[in-house]
Amino acid sequence: MAKVIVVTSGKGGVGKTTTSAAFAAGLALRGQKTVVIDFDVGLRNLDLVMGCERRVVFDFINVINGDANLNQALIKDKRHDNLFIFPTSQTRDKNALKREGVERVMEELKQQFDYIVCDSPAGIEHGAITALYFADSAVIVTNPEVSSVRDSDRIIGILASKSRRAERNEPPVDVHLLLTRYDPARVTKGEMLAVEDVKEILSIPLLGVIPESESVLRASNTGTPVVFDEDSPAGRAYVDAVARFLGETREMRFLKPERRNFFRALFGRA
Amino acid sequence: MGLFRSLFPPRRTSASIAKERLKIVLAHERASSRAPDFLPILQRELLAVVGRYVEISDDMIRVTLGNSGDTSLLEINIEIEGSKPKKGGSGPALSAAV
Repeated sequence: MAKVIVVTSGKGGVGKTTTSAAFAAGLALRGQKTVVIDFDVGLRNLDLVMGCERRVVFDFINVINGDANLNQALIKDKRHDNLFIFPTSQTRDKNALKREGVERVMEELKQQFDYIVCDSPAGIEHGAITALYFADSAVIVTNPEVSSVRDSDRIIGILASKSRRAERNEPPVDVHLLLTRYDPARVTKGEMLAVEDVKEILSIPLLGVIPESESVLRASNTGTPVVFDEDSPAGRAYVDAVARFLGETREMRFLKPERRNFFRALFGRA
Repeated sequence: MGLFRSLFPPRRTSASIAKERLKIVLAHERASSRAPDFLPILQRELLAVVGRYVEISDDMIRVTLGNSGDTSLLEINIEIEGSKPKKGGSGPALSAAV
């Protein structure tokens, strides 16, 4: 049975699209047939992060409106056979996502895929609610920073009250915390909330910690999901998070400052 | 600076302040988001009824719904100390916790 995962956060700029791309690619690498959908109508960006911006012909709204069929709109990733991208419209607005239309498309996708990853827009308006409505699981992307943690708490509340599972009194959406842009050196200095603090405040299970890493910008520059960069700490942390999502037990990595920074940490940064 | 800081750490780090502020604000927001829709209306109607007998203002009444164990506790606090009784009103003492 296909599983729907929403990648959401409330706050913008915390790494939802980076995470959606990395998570979907990570699932594909694990042999799961996966599609990643852009729900950010009007502000299409998943195509750029996935490196398929020049291959977009039809989009989500075209399929909902019946102007194109699903297989015309789905873009097959060139790096992995299991990975597909479903781009959104750049010209419409978020209200073009009608719930009945989205539901029909989701049901059709469930016939073809193991995992459907929904990249949510920021905010708690129509687009974000539509992205989370059909979810079975949620990845709550959070930065170790007060406004992000607060907005994550809000979106966790919305998942518990406004998702389809909540409306139908089904078992609740399975929520997971993914802490991104984590800087262990600053945590050690008491300048950044530690992973334990965020876990304690939000009280949801931790899926992974993605360290702040130069490779994330490099990956989006080139349109490559960061999991394909095997040298990247962030990429490896995403691979671990996907493994945990699939039920494996893996120790958290990258929670301590790198050793080579020891002297810089001791004598202060230049 | 780094060496100095590690020998004499500041008493409270900014991260611990962040944690404490978040705990307080989220406790408040979670409580108000879980409150049923009728609470504001109940509060307004209570205010109207009590206002018939004593002069009170909006901020003198507090209606909260809490949980203690298995039971839900509807708590209504009306502060009227110093309020003038209106003519034809009943006795002055009115502070209810239900």
